[in-house]
Amino acid sequence: MSFLTEDPIDLGCLLALVQSPARGGIASFLGIVRNHQSGRAVVGLDYSAYAPMAEAVSQEIVSEAESRWDVAVSLLHRIGKLSVGDTAVAVVAASAHRDDAFLACRYVIEQVKRRVPIWKKEYYADGSVMWVGSGEAREQARTADRI
Amino acid sequence: MATTVTSTLTVRVLLFGSYAEALERGALDLTFSGPVTVGEALARLRALPGGERLPAKPLCALNLQQARMGSPLTEGDELAILPPLAGG
Repeated sequence: MSFLTEDPIDLGCLLALVQSPARGGIASFLGIVRNHQSGRAVVGLDYSAYAPMAEAVSQEIVSEAESRWDVAVSLLHRIGKLSVGDTAVAVVAASAHRDDAFLACRYVIEQVKRRVPIWKKEYYADGSVMWVGSGEAREQARTADRI
Repeated sequence: MATTVTSTLTVRVLLFGSYAEALERGALDLTFSGPVTVGEALARLRALPGGERLPAKPLCALNLQQARMGSPLTEGDELAILPPLAGG
């Protein structure tokens, strides 16, 4: 299964992938596009990825979680233009009990943010645009502070 | 008379996000006349128009695996220059 999609994320589909009669605890995390960042009004995001590496690293992360805890994990990250309120990423971890489900779910989203080659461009209400996390963005912010 | 054989190597460079915008392209081929490292390929990139906006030691991936500045390049390698990650 692919870990990247250009289509809206359906949580029900991700739940169905990991549900089973033996798994009584399911934890999920949804990353949703919010309407603000560092005090600025955000109207949308544009996600891009180095797809072959993003798929490989995502599989590594899911495999790590499934070997570390007694869980089944589904993961999907959206690529392309998203609006406020859209789901950007979803993680579902299903286990016999809640502890492993919560731990695995938290592990996967933290590792996705740290290791998967995905980038996002933020579109602001004032018409400006900025790559999140780029040195250029920080420089623009510093310049703005000085003006 | 001795014959000098020059072995060149060409690598495919991929650029993403703000780095692709800085160099106004998402991919290019770089050809070298001899052995070269990731760091030396980066120096070549940074000498291109817009390349000064790349940091000296960005995150890099060589054939989908994270690479060090001293990693050697071989013919046909795919070298990806990765801006700070921002998924999630």
